[in-house]
Amino acid sequence: MRLRIRHETRYRLAEPARRAVQYLRLTPRQDRCQRVLSWSVSGPPSLVPWTDGFGNRAHVASEVEAHDALTILVEGEIETNDTWGILPLDDGLPPPMFLRPTPLTLADDAIRDLAKPFAASCVGTGTVPTLHQMTGAIAERVVYATGSTDVTSTAAEALASGKGVCQDHAHLFIACCRVLGLPARYVSGYLHSERSEMASHAWAEAFVEGLGWVSFDPANCQSATDAYVRLAVGFDYAGAAPVVGLRSGGKGEDLSVDLSVEQVQSQSQSQQ
Amino acid sequence: MSGKKSAFDEMHGKGGKMRPPYADYSNWLHAMSIDELDRRHKSADSIFRRSGITFNVYGAEGGVERLIPFDIVPRILAAAEWDKVALGVCQRVRALNAFLDDVYNDQNILRAGIIPADLVLTNEAFCPQMLGMKVPKRVYAHVAGIDVVRVDEDTFYVLEDNARTPSGVSYMLENRQAMMRLFPELFASQRVAPVNHYPELLLETLRAVAPGGVDEPKVVLMTPGQYNSAYFEHAFLAQEMGIDLVEGSDLYVDDATVYMRTTKGPRRVDVIYRRIDDDFLDPLAFNPGSMLGVPGLLAAYRLGKVTICNAVGGGVADDKSVYVYVPDFIRFYLGEEPILSNVPTWQLRKPDDLAYALAHLPELVVKEVHGSGGYGMLVGPAASKAELAEFKAKIKSSPESFIAQPTLSLSTVPTFVDKGIAPRHVDLRPYVLTGRETVVVPGGLTRVAMREGSLVVNSSQGGGTKDTWVLEDAGKEAGHARARR
Repeated sequence: MRLRIRHETRYRLAEPARRAVQYLRLTPRQDRCQRVLSWSVSGPPSLVPWTDGFGNRAHVASEVEAHDALTILVEGEIETNDTWGILPLDDGLPPPMFLRPTPLTLADDAIRDLAKPFAASCVGTGTVPTLHQMTGAIAERVVYATGSTDVTSTAAEALASGKGVCQDHAHLFIACCRVLGLPARYVSGYLHSERSEMASHAWAEAFVEGLGWVSFDPANCQSATDAYVRLAVGFDYAGAAPVVGLRSGGKGEDLSVDLSVEQVQSQSQSQQ
Repeated sequence: MSGKKSAFDEMHGKGGKMRPPYADYSNWLHAMSIDELDRRHKSADSIFRRSGITFNVYGAEGGVERLIPFDIVPRILAAAEWDKVALGVCQRVRALNAFLDDVYNDQNILRAGIIPADLVLTNEAFCPQMLGMKVPKRVYAHVAGIDVVRVDEDTFYVLEDNARTPSGVSYMLENRQAMMRLFPELFASQRVAPVNHYPELLLETLRAVAPGGVDEPKVVLMTPGQYNSAYFEHAFLAQEMGIDLVEGSDLYVDDATVYMRTTKGPRRVDVIYRRIDDDFLDPLAFNPGSMLGVPGLLAAYRLGKVTICNAVGGGVADDKSVYVYVPDFIRFYLGEEPILSNVPTWQLRKPDDLAYALAHLPELVVKEVHGSGGYGMLVGPAASKAELAEFKAKIKSSPESFIAQPTLSLSTVPTFVDKGIAPRHVDLRPYVLTGRETVVVPGGLTRVAMREGSLVVNSSQGGGTKDTWVLEDAGKEAGHARARR
């Protein structure tokens, strides 16, 4: 699928900040399932590309002058393939390191109870079907509700409250996988969907011996398709967040985001 | 606790015969009255109070500063004894650096099955943000403190490796200064290998690993601030090296480059000798709640715009569960046999080792895998029944978090205590520097357990320090053992 993405993030401040530094993970990864046709990130006065330890293509953005507004504009086109939700183990990231619990994905008793019924069938060829069932169970226990949690919410908190967004679903899935002894990781990206609230999306991947990384999207109860664009992977949201930043001073943030992920008809290729 | 067997005394040996390195000192000591020693001991105290050497003890009331007890009786090593230790610790540090370079890049050692991959990859100290990164000269542990203990005439063991931000070197330097002022006559009559060039060597080390293309690197020492237990040392070393002592708030990142705020405007920083843990370096990459770090630092580091010493992620080399495999690292990376042995260690994540340890707890020392500073440690022979039972429960609930070792009878050195001169157990921490090559200044920090019979030398647990002398062979420049990379 060919997708055209435009993602504009605008920060306005009632009281100006002195400085700001941000890490932007807003450039698609170089993975088997996608090919970048054109891509640009712009806005901040200084923007330097770097690659983090997970192979995510990041930028470090800095503004050293006093400012009351900051805009990040991401535009590009990408060709995606449907790989049946499976990515081969070729990204140089050793799966066992994704067994490590993090503060956001730490399992409590409720998470262990949720995962345990799936342990018996989560072996060999039964692994993928079992994980799909677990995805369904997670979606049942945590209802999609925007604004119900924030970026610091943990998997345990989301399960306890019974409400969450894609990020919470992904964290919970990862926590359950680690209970089952399966390496699992967080993926942030874009989704071409009729549900516009999911254009900026997150899902998870579990490592299945013999297959590779298999994606699961509890928010939509499916594996990733060619409607998904992978931006970054990490242990959890904290390591794969599209934008993290710190500023000195500044108050009264007003954040607005315009994001469109549109399918481009194949005829448009010939028009270029 | 007291060792059941009589310990090896470094002055008197086993048979009570004076050992050669102590011969001159012993003659001098016998000519001294206890009153005179006491007088000099008291002036040592005032020297340290004036110089301001203090140490915060965690868990003590309000983080009070206090003096670490300084003992006026030196610990003395003959040139040949030291050479073996020096070659051994340098060899070890070369292997630790090779290991770090490997686990963050090719991971050959994991594929070869020398160390279980899970032990490394699921280790909290393994830092994925270092994956695929080439650090200058492939050096990670620029400053390493290797803790060595002695049990008899010929046997030294490595007790643990410190590859993160080892502290204590200021005591090595200050102890020597104090000894030279208190006992000038001893230094006139014997050739004690100097240590005062350590700051110079450290600065040379830091400059050697500056980013490529930087001829006159700007080096700074980054401290978490004055509330850190080793703040005195940070200030001391910065001053000795003539470099700026900075906190995170003095630095900022722009254009993926680190700058220091100065009264004359921004100044580019090339090398950061940090005395702050990984977790607090960059709040955008690690602990987001940290106010101590520099946002953007990881990006500048990965891009090779700044060198961080020691490298991020070095903790995976000094973890106590990884310690067991260091002799194998030496064979795997260097093709050499270890010069210094490990203490025999039971890994309690292994069922057989666990069963043994639980059955022999009163004889063993049990340590937390990720612990340091003598915290969370059980010394079996010294523990009460209640303490043993409590520890047993802790071990059973999480065996993989512990290792066990036999209770070693650490060597003793005569020490000036209330009752006069009496033997006390000691260890030794040489400071190994790696920049262009791996070097160590002769000696290091001798820590002494001031309580009679105690084997716990950590300053946080009431240990003291001694000046460590390496005697130079007449006619030979000994003690400057340099192991080339």
